[in-house]
Amino acid sequence: MLQVSIYRYNPETDAEPYMQDVQVDTGGKDLMVLDVMELIKAQDTTFAYRRSCREGVCGSDGVNMSGKNGLACITPVSQVVRNNKLVLRPLPGLPVIRDLVVDMGMFYAQYEKVQPYLQNNTPAPAIERLQSPEDRAKLDGLYECILCACCSTSCPSFWWNPDRFIGPAGLLQAYRFLADTRDTATEERLSRLDDPFSVFRCHGIQNCVNVCPKGLNPTRAIGHIRNMLLSRAT
Amino acid sequence: MASLRTLSFDGVIVGGGGAGMRAALQLAQSGYKTAVISKVFPTRSHTVSAQGGITCAIASDDPNDDWRWHMYDTVKGSDYIGDQDAIEYMCSVGPEAVFELEHMGLPFSRTEAGRIYQRPFGGQSKNFGEGGQAARTCAAADRTGHALLHTLYQGNMKNQTVFFNEWYATDLVKNQDGAVVGVIAICMETGETVYIKSKATVFATGGAGRIYASTTNAHINTGDGIGMALRAGFPVQDIEMWQFHPTGIHGAGVLVTEGCRGEGGYLINKDGERFMERYAPNAKDLAGRDVVARSMVLEIIAGRGCGPEGDHVFLKLDHLGEDVLESRLPGICELSRTFAHADPVKEPVPVVPTCHYMMGGIPTNVHGQALTIDASGKDSVIPGLYACGEVACVSVHGANRLGGNSLLDLVVFGRASGLHIERALREGIDLRDASESDLEQAMSRLDKVNNSTGGENVAALRKELQNTMQNHFGVFRNGEFMQEGIAKLADLRGRIEGARLDDKSQAYNTARIEALELHNLFEVAEATAITAEERKESRGAHARDDFEERDDENWLCHSLYFPTDKRVGKRAVNFEPKTVDTFQPKKRTY
Amino acid sequence: MVTSVTSMGRSGLYDWLMQRVTAVILLAYFLLVGWVLICGVDYASWKALYAQTWMRVFSLLALLSLGIHAWIGLWAVVTDYLTERLMGTTGNVLRLLAQIVCAIIMFTYVVWGIQILWGF
Repeated sequence: MLQVSIYRYNPETDAEPYMQDVQVDTGGKDLMVLDVMELIKAQDTTFAYRRSCREGVCGSDGVNMSGKNGLACITPVSQVVRNNKLVLRPLPGLPVIRDLVVDMGMFYAQYEKVQPYLQNNTPAPAIERLQSPEDRAKLDGLYECILCACCSTSCPSFWWNPDRFIGPAGLLQAYRFLADTRDTATEERLSRLDDPFSVFRCHGIQNCVNVCPKGLNPTRAIGHIRNMLLSRAT
Repeated sequence: MASLRTLSFDGVIVGGGGAGMRAALQLAQSGYKTAVISKVFPTRSHTVSAQGGITCAIASDDPNDDWRWHMYDTVKGSDYIGDQDAIEYMCSVGPEAVFELEHMGLPFSRTEAGRIYQRPFGGQSKNFGEGGQAARTCAAADRTGHALLHTLYQGNMKNQTVFFNEWYATDLVKNQDGAVVGVIAICMETGETVYIKSKATVFATGGAGRIYASTTNAHINTGDGIGMALRAGFPVQDIEMWQFHPTGIHGAGVLVTEGCRGEGGYLINKDGERFMERYAPNAKDLAGRDVVARSMVLEIIAGRGCGPEGDHVFLKLDHLGEDVLESRLPGICELSRTFAHADPVKEPVPVVPTCHYMMGGIPTNVHGQALTIDASGKDSVIPGLYACGEVACVSVHGANRLGGNSLLDLVVFGRASGLHIERALREGIDLRDASESDLEQAMSRLDKVNNSTGGENVAALRKELQNTMQNHFGVFRNGEFMQEGIAKLADLRGRIEGARLDDKSQAYNTARIEALELHNLFEVAEATAITAEERKESRGAHARDDFEERDDENWLCHSLYFPTDKRVGKRAVNFEPKTVDTFQPKKRTY
Repeated sequence: MVTSVTSMGRSGLYDWLMQRVTAVILLAYFLLVGWVLICGVDYASWKALYAQTWMRVFSLLALLSLGIHAWIGLWAVVTDYLTERLMGTTGNVLRLLAQIVCAIIMFTYVVWGIQILWGF
């Protein structure tokens, strides 16, 4: 039997959140954390969380497992269980709607702020815009982001300034478009980022790198943005 | 119903996957008031899981490639019940739709010439099957669906589409004339129920792979659109046609792209034999998915399966080398290590045919307009209702879909729906408002669920349904066994309709959503079961032990399932493409 | 673009660069002073060192750098913790007060430092 301690909060019935202990029979198997959550939900249908693809590509089930953010569907219980106990909490730093479901509004707002879409003011050719494999390779490690928010919600700078600091996920996408040879809005993009909060609240703590379930490195991308700002201004 | 808030739009799209967002983009660009209702944040839709690519004759790999060759492959792949006018439209418009995606920013992999990288996929040929294997699937590594979905979301953001994220559509609203005038939807965060009124309602709700116990599909693929259409009394077409993907990871069901075999991987049995050489001497591992899946099951039945239970086969990739695997198939390496505990660089991946795609769906024309059959047996358009993507049956996939054609289907027909609605709105759409009783009718199921008292547990019922479908309507089917399955489903109907909802709260009540989803799963399952039993032949993905041959005399046609009397009718397949000669049915070999 | 009139240079890049430049100056200064101390020093040699113009200018530079460096650092701290988002209007009042206090202290230190350097 696995001991699971889960964060519970239903705004209609609970004055404040509490931790609930439940026992789960995993059948001796090393299940994924999401499987354990499904088992809990089969017993107690009021337990709320998000899930979709269950294979680590949709980014729905970012949760805090025994203190570390990650995707429940691709994290084996053995990786996060401590003394036969698994502690499940919502992603930190965002308002909780219910149980493990957080309000991602601020996270998405920061993503939108970087205008995460290709901007090109030249007329499109009849076929695709050409791009060399080397130039395309610059997007590797950037475009794979699944917007699960594990990084941004593990970043202290984002905890304090989620309304002003774009956060690692948004900045990774900002750089994804800065690095794209097909994008012509580099100057405008950089101008919008050159303030004391948007980029420069990153203090290089690297929690984002530590938790990214896709193995991406937002800190490095932020470094690249800073260098672009620097070479543009000096 | 006075308390029901109404929100009005020119066009409402139900579903935020690839098809829905492509349709929304088209409408938003035209300036019409457009909304997308999605039960998950759009980038969590199942399109995100598509791996291998989007098949399209853009003539990058082969400068002489021709969309007609792609059309030939698709018609053949469909086992000749794909509509040739629709396939012609998809294959010819495809390149334009793919280039639009690239211009929008989709990060396709590239060739040395800087063009979009294309890889070989199953069922592809050059020169109408005479010129050997083609490489026609445009790819962004093995994350094409992810790249496509995010690009479309970004495009919609740029064009300021209104999103109702984490809103769940429960039922269609029909007016007195039988026209669709919107949907009832629940805001999951607050629990508020709203009537979303629209001049055009587009269903882009995706598939329903969760009717099977073993599926590559996401938890959210519960056939909501099919369920709503059937409850509204509209028919569904070819719903018995379910694709089992040859390579789902054994045990987990997670998909391993056909691109693995496109890049040179192949299947082996427990003796290490490359058994597809026996079943499909020419195309081998790149035969149609239905052919490969059946061959795998036959190997397993013959006792040549791998593992202690002999219940799967292996996909061998290690000979491709680490460089190719890490650059072309990085996502697969990740998934295999996580879910199969096998590193493809060193060892083969255990795989088994797994439910993957619903070829059938709401019948539509090439403009995405949903169809039904009038009293005289002719096609008639359902006013106000459109469908595109997996939920629709245009039909371009017929009895078996080719790999890479689903992404093409959803962008081409998402776009076509948007274009048609734009035109219709410009010409003026005039539908009578829904009356109080129309709304009451649409609300009745939700009201019943909200007031449920006794009944059984939703999760247990869902499991029972999935096991029934898995056991009775799998890769190989048999009349007697299917009838048993149908009887089990008949028993399940009442129990599922009366399922218990313990949690009546408003805020983010996922129990309520799951109960409503279960109804939809059941509708899809029942339609599948009854139609599968009725189609007395083997064609494409529908393989029967008791009718092993294709029967063109009686069944070279679409099946149509009518929910009100649970009747299966027939509808003619289109054999009249506009610019090319008809592809006549031939024996299908690879 | 998030603007702020109280940040050092009103540009993230400028502040970031200034913090690094001032850090280098401070490091150099304290290495020099540390080295002098380790080598052994008495009142006379210490006085002689600070009698030289280059040392006075270097000290003043270090003092100004300290002020700038501290301002940028403390500005980041107060805009993290004393914010309207966390405390409502109180956050704004507290933050402004904290910034004024910091500014007065730093200004005092700079004036006092100049007095010390050129006052004997």
